[in-house]
Amino acid sequence: MYTEKVMEHFSNPRNVGEVEDANAVGTVGNPKCGDIMKITMRIEGDVLKDVKFKTFGCGAAVATSSIATELIKGKTVAQALSVTNSAVVEALEGLPPAKIHCSVLAEEAIKAAIADYYKRQGIDPEPIIGCNADCANCGK
Amino acid sequence: MQIYADYAATAPLRPAALQAMTPWLAGTGFGNASSMYALAREAKRGLEQARCDVALALGVMPEEVFFTSGGTESDNWALKGVMEVGALAGKKHFITTAIEHPAIMQTSMWLERQGMEYTSLPADSVGRVSPESAADAVRPDTKLISVMYANNEIGTIQPVSEIFAAAKEKNPQIICHTDAVQAAGQIDLDIGNADMVSLSGHKMGGPKGIGVLVIRKGVAISPLMHGGHHERNRRSGTENVAGAAGLAAAITESVQKLPDTQRHLLRMRVRLIQGILGIPYSRLTGDPSKRLPGHASFVFESAEGESLVLGLDLAGISVSSGSACSSAALEASHVLLAIGLPHELAHGSVRFTLGAGVTEEEIDYIVETTKRVVAERRAISPVWDAEQNKPVPFETL
Repeated sequence: MYTEKVMEHFSNPRNVGEVEDANAVGTVGNPKCGDIMKITMRIEGDVLKDVKFKTFGCGAAVATSSIATELIKGKTVAQALSVTNSAVVEALEGLPPAKIHCSVLAEEAIKAAIADYYKRQGIDPEPIIGCNADCANCGK
Repeated sequence: MQIYADYAATAPLRPAALQAMTPWLAGTGFGNASSMYALAREAKRGLEQARCDVALALGVMPEEVFFTSGGTESDNWALKGVMEVGALAGKKHFITTAIEHPAIMQTSMWLERQGMEYTSLPADSVGRVSPESAADAVRPDTKLISVMYANNEIGTIQPVSEIFAAAKEKNPQIICHTDAVQAAGQIDLDIGNADMVSLSGHKMGGPKGIGVLVIRKGVAISPLMHGGHHERNRRSGTENVAGAAGLAAAITESVQKLPDTQRHLLRMRVRLIQGILGIPYSRLTGDPSKRLPGHASFVFESAEGESLVLGLDLAGISVSSGSACSSAALEASHVLLAIGLPHELAHGSVRFTLGAGVTEEEIDYIVETTKRVVAERRAISPVWDAEQNKPVPFETL
């Protein structure tokens, strides 16, 4: 049911762990759904110098987090914010319909981490990200 | 090493079953068992022989054995067919349990949408349903009670005979059905007071696409499949003679070999359970002793079930998970929630169901591989504290 790309990222996930001197941390998902994704970043200037993830979840959840870190590492904040869930799905050469929500989680994790980065500096992230990145409580 | 440990999903075809089927698939065995000529009479003979063999293996009368397309059809037919009769007499209530197979659960929900009403009996922490709760649920308008013999996800064997006795004591008219799809061929079935029993061919090493519904004499049931006059006017459709012969051979052989198989599987199961429970923060699900002999199911904290199944598969071990993520529904297993596990644990289940040929070396490989795979998943889990080697409470995230 999974593409080879998904299985490849599941078997050899990239950028696993936690960035030690992280200044941006995003945790999304909930135990009820069985997926929790935590992305940590070191943002310097405007660039995501380092990105790592830890994920509790299914094969698709692991693969989407892994590829998401690849898509954003070394990129600018603006570039990272432009990564959508469909870009994640595309990079994995497709996901089963029931697993699309995992790619949404990956997008949310990126946004949540970047929102955290701004909040730490006392900057309201909402105008930059377009939302408050509080995905768990978002009605949309 | 390649190890198939998903016998509760399906079993490989027994050579005896294949041999029994061949005459009805090749050569002149193709006749329509309901036609008049000699070729057809031969097929009819094969079908009736299969019926007798199944009856003998179960200890019922041949005319109480009805062939269906499988366990799902048998379950659908038992509930819908009997409740249709019940509804005509104003008896629109039936009883089932919180841990049934979806074939019963979804059929119950469908019947509810058709105006019936049902009570779902709770299960305790090891998945057992109490006879007292069954008796308490019986009402004057209760037509049927359906309780699965052994659970597919957690292996717990129900005291069906006691449950049915308790229900019948309250209301002798009640029809008792058991879904014995997982139990048949695995343990000695005690179906003395069951009015209907569902079986599936492929779970016993027979072919797929064939099942049985035992319907005891005197039980009034409407057909599910309407059409010709097959199966004594109760189940239409040109008879699947090869399937019936294969199922009969499979159940006959599994019953004959039962004592040896059970002894071996129990030994292997003990070894497996002891080994797996050496993994910190793992738990056996289901009844520790009153469970199917080759069935061992677990939950692992901070590791998600589907990812464990994929990890084991990469090491050549085929197993299942009750995990939400392994189904299209994305909901945690209703069985694991019913026995009181929290959502986060209900997502971390793995089920090993062993075949009679499993060896000690294979069990040890399963244990070692599972240890490694669980550790790998936990190493990348945000809900596992690698330094202290324990789960991170979800609330603190």
